[in-house]
Amino acid sequence: MIVGLIYVCGVSAIIFVFSIFYFVWREGAPFLYDCFDFKSFFTSPEWYPTSVGNKRYGILALLAGTGSVTIVAMLIAVPFSLGTAIFIAEFCGKKTKEGLKIVIELLAAIPSVVWGFIGLMVMNPIIVKLTGAAIGLNALNAGIIVGLMSVPIIVSIAEDSIRAVPDGYIEAAEALGATRWQTVYKVILPAAKNGLLAAILLGVGRAVGETMAVLMATGHSINVPFSAEFPYFHALDSVRTLTATIAAELGEAPRLDAGPGGIFPPEGRHYQVLFVIGIVLFAITFFINITADLIVKGIRNKQ
Amino acid sequence: MVNKNRIEIRNLTVRYGKKTAVQDVSLDIPTNSIFTIIGPANSGKTTLLKSINRTLELETGISVSGDISIDGKNTRKEFNVYELRRSIGMVFPLPVGLPLSIYDNVAYAPRMAGTRNKQTLDVIVEKCLRQAALWDEVKDRLQNLGTMLSGGQQQRLTIARALSHSPEILCLDEFSIAIDPVTTMRIEDVLVQLKKEMTIILVTNLVQQARRLGDMTCFMNKGQVVQVDTTEKMFSDNPGNQLTYDYVRGVFG
Repeated sequence: MIVGLIYVCGVSAIIFVFSIFYFVWREGAPFLYDCFDFKSFFTSPEWYPTSVGNKRYGILALLAGTGSVTIVAMLIAVPFSLGTAIFIAEFCGKKTKEGLKIVIELLAAIPSVVWGFIGLMVMNPIIVKLTGAAIGLNALNAGIIVGLMSVPIIVSIAEDSIRAVPDGYIEAAEALGATRWQTVYKVILPAAKNGLLAAILLGVGRAVGETMAVLMATGHSINVPFSAEFPYFHALDSVRTLTATIAAELGEAPRLDAGPGGIFPPEGRHYQVLFVIGIVLFAITFFINITADLIVKGIRNKQ
Repeated sequence: MVNKNRIEIRNLTVRYGKKTAVQDVSLDIPTNSIFTIIGPANSGKTTLLKSINRTLELETGISVSGDISIDGKNTRKEFNVYELRRSIGMVFPLPVGLPLSIYDNVAYAPRMAGTRNKQTLDVIVEKCLRQAALWDEVKDRLQNLGTMLSGGQQQRLTIARALSHSPEILCLDEFSIAIDPVTTMRIEDVLVQLKKEMTIILVTNLVQQARRLGDMTCFMNKGQVVQVDTTEKMFSDNPGNQLTYDYVRGVFG
């Protein structure tokens, strides 16, 4: 009986994932069958799903937007969080540790719309003042916000994996005359690298999936913030991400059924293409998880 | 054979919170000899070792009083703690291969001390692995992870690592509990060789091991030194102390 229940619980996770994928797929499928052009979908930055005469569905700019926000976010979050995790786990006193952990948990509890508000009202004027950019709502702003949002996740998982390093390792290194920092650098970090990697990838997942805060802080304008010439990456460009596009446009896109002969009216394509974006997001997170799995397994096999 | 005292422990008392682990211990440990410490569990042997290289300080809630000096220098006042630990090799009861390759495990301490030259490191690694009777088994796979060796091999790896910074003092804490008897005998031979170059302190649960190796033997019980004497005297029919007599014959403990 209990075994059966546990079995159901275990299997239900798989069922949920598959049914979510099925429904997303079902809504997006007509678009994929009828007017999906792989090349222009992924390589065109022209996103005009509601144009009356010439509807264009290119998500390159949206991919670039998500990519740029994630890059900035990780540039900020990874060093910051790993440093914090090492400090909490190995260097600070007990009282500081308790205090820091509470504050970091508090950071995780802030709703994302509040983060978006901070991006909109606080970071925006600061960025304008410091960089002289025309508008402070851009990839940099959203990247900083999302970076700070990822910090609690990365810190807590990284700290767990650092603390899971056997005391014997630390004792042995110390007995060899290693200073605290040498112990951390040469023994603790290599021993904890699987957990640290998992922590970073969870942070990436968070950055890719974050919606409300980036919707408010990116400026939400179609733009590819990369160029072929120096400086290659323009963090001060306003961008729009995949997630924010779905959130902002789904409410406005009508879901229309197929007419006679199974032909969908063109006004309904917008709704469908947003679900195709959902499928793309699904694929990205799937890819991240698989990569993480493979890396972790690779490390394990080498041992 | 009269040796000068290398390590002098004076009135050492260590408390973990309210529990006294080592109580008012004074010992003189001579150079170029093997000094064995025997005694039942919880008698403070390991604590004593850890207070010599000051790794005891890493634990929380301890208080230490008394002095330990090496060659007349007070370990707490006249030594940099990292220099002190580098001059003492330490082998723990359970093998701890660091999560590095076999080569890097042994080269770890020399590298920390600033040795970067590949050839010098190669020489050190080979020498230490040979001394620990491990070289022949691992010479073809030095880049494999040390944590993947068997327990006995890992323990020899930790011995090689402890020797890698050419310490003047080598402390072994029940090194043989995870090793087979044949390997144990090989390492014991190594220790007898090594005592020409260094001072060896051996904590052991195997009374016979103390008898085989020790020049001096110290019997500890409940945090106190019951008796210190030449190993010959300790294991003779009349060690002069009933408790010692009982313990070495397995009557008690």
